[in-house]
Amino acid sequence: MRRIGQVRWELAIVVWAVALGMFFPILWMLLCSFKTEIAAVATPPALFFHPTLENYHAVLERADYLAFARNSVLVSLGSTLLALALAIPAAYSMAFFPTRRTRDILLWMLSTRMLPAVGVLVPIYLLWRDLGLLDTVFGLILIDSISVLPIVVWMLFSFFREVPAVILEASRMDGATQIEEMVHVLLPLCTPGIAATALLSIILCWNEAFWSLNLTTVKAATLTTFTASFSSPEGLFWAKLSAASTLSIAPILIFGWMSQRQMVRGLSFGAVK
Amino acid sequence: MTGEVASKPTRHLHRPLLAPSVGALFLWMAVPLAMTLWFSAEHYNLLSPGKTAFAGWENYRDLLTHRALWIAMGNTLFLVGLVLAITLIFGTLFSLLLNQDFPGRNVCRLLIIAPFFVMPTVSALIWKNMLMNPVFGLFAWITRSLGFGTIEFFSRMPMLSIVLIVGWEWTPFAVLILLPALHSLNPEQIEAARLDGGGPIALFRYIQLPHLLRPMAVVAMIEMIFFLSLFAEIYVATGGGPGLASTNLAYLIFRDALLGFDVGRASAGGVIAIILANIVCFFLMRVVGRNLEDLR
Repeated sequence: MRRIGQVRWELAIVVWAVALGMFFPILWMLLCSFKTEIAAVATPPALFFHPTLENYHAVLERADYLAFARNSVLVSLGSTLLALALAIPAAYSMAFFPTRRTRDILLWMLSTRMLPAVGVLVPIYLLWRDLGLLDTVFGLILIDSISVLPIVVWMLFSFFREVPAVILEASRMDGATQIEEMVHVLLPLCTPGIAATALLSIILCWNEAFWSLNLTTVKAATLTTFTASFSSPEGLFWAKLSAASTLSIAPILIFGWMSQRQMVRGLSFGAVK
Repeated sequence: MTGEVASKPTRHLHRPLLAPSVGALFLWMAVPLAMTLWFSAEHYNLLSPGKTAFAGWENYRDLLTHRALWIAMGNTLFLVGLVLAITLIFGTLFSLLLNQDFPGRNVCRLLIIAPFFVMPTVSALIWKNMLMNPVFGLFAWITRSLGFGTIEFFSRMPMLSIVLIVGWEWTPFAVLILLPALHSLNPEQIEAARLDGGGPIALFRYIQLPHLLRPMAVVAMIEMIFFLSLFAEIYVATGGGPGLASTNLAYLIFRDALLGFDVGRASAGGVIAIILANIVCFFLMRVVGRNLEDLR
């Protein structure tokens, strides 16, 4: 386009400064996680220090950290699988057999997302208490899968609609039933889209804090709840906190980076493709 | 299309495929909503179970005549408004920057969107402890070194501190949506504007900004949904304090319900939160609904 070959250094410097500024808090946490506890709270801040892995050892040796991590994995995977199982048939039927009401159903699904969690905190808490679901992984999976369901349906719907109906019709001519058509034709064609949807759902469930803070205490608590327990200022274990936090966000950050381009559709409810 | 022929044998399968999702969401919406409405008209405290009584409007009157609700409403709107402005302005700016060609552009994009993927409790902790702590924090060291003394972020300006944290988390979201939108602009249109002698400001004002308005509206609405019930950051960073200074509606309801055990009052607060969200939702539906015009 403009003056090809000319590198715009002043622009590069500005954007790099912005990018490093935005990333700085994460970077600072990463640095802290390799410091000793004393170096982590030193003023002036220690920029050059002898890196140590002792915080990571300390965190990983704590049995409870692993329990929280396991809960996070179970909850985000379980919720995602459940949401996909509900959403794939729904998105398939709406994408390929739209009726007059399809648009209304999609909008209504989106509207359930608008119900503020805090507005139903009391009944959910009481229901979960009476059903024995408080502080259980299953209870959290139920609620997380329902709350990501609209996003998952929307995102799958937008991917499915890009598959030409002719391909599915061809398989139907060959005598495939709808279930076969969905499993053997549509799903393989849409694997990248489904993977991106699953990643977004995993990210959202992994980072979900409201329900895990309010519905779990010890047994089913996830990493969000665990990290929140560091909020008291008395225990200055910043280095260990940093190590635990780094471990908690690293996999999700990588997932996010991997699927950022595709997840835009899910996040914008189809407004941006 | 071939609709008539092809969809005849499948029509009966349409409902069973859709029903689980619709049913689950319907249950999720109807049951708690009805319960919230019901409880909000009752005297119901978890500390004295079994002693419920009809309260009529009393919980609402209680809430509406109490200072706490209005402070929480004010804080909620302050937070929503300010963070929206911050994320939209910086999100647009960063997207415009990232839309240029320069070395390391992809890495910069990854670095800028990173905060969005950090779990809210961790974000709040990084800012609260490592950056804003008045004794050991990095900011305190910087301001002291420059001779300005220490800024007591969370005791002097708790709401602004929360705004800063949430703004940092959600500006990347605006970039995530606005950058691809900017990218989808027809390059010929930009080239034409340039040939007509339009500078970068005119280009932004007359071509890029109009193109971004709809995605911006989507960003604003989705963020509003999240900000109206923002919880984890406040829970971790300030606990709603000092006093009520950083208590928003979500935190107030949490306090009433799970710390105060007053189910009736918390439910009345919940109803107010739902009404607020519905006003927002009304506008979002109109914006998003336009994307489905072709289904009609």
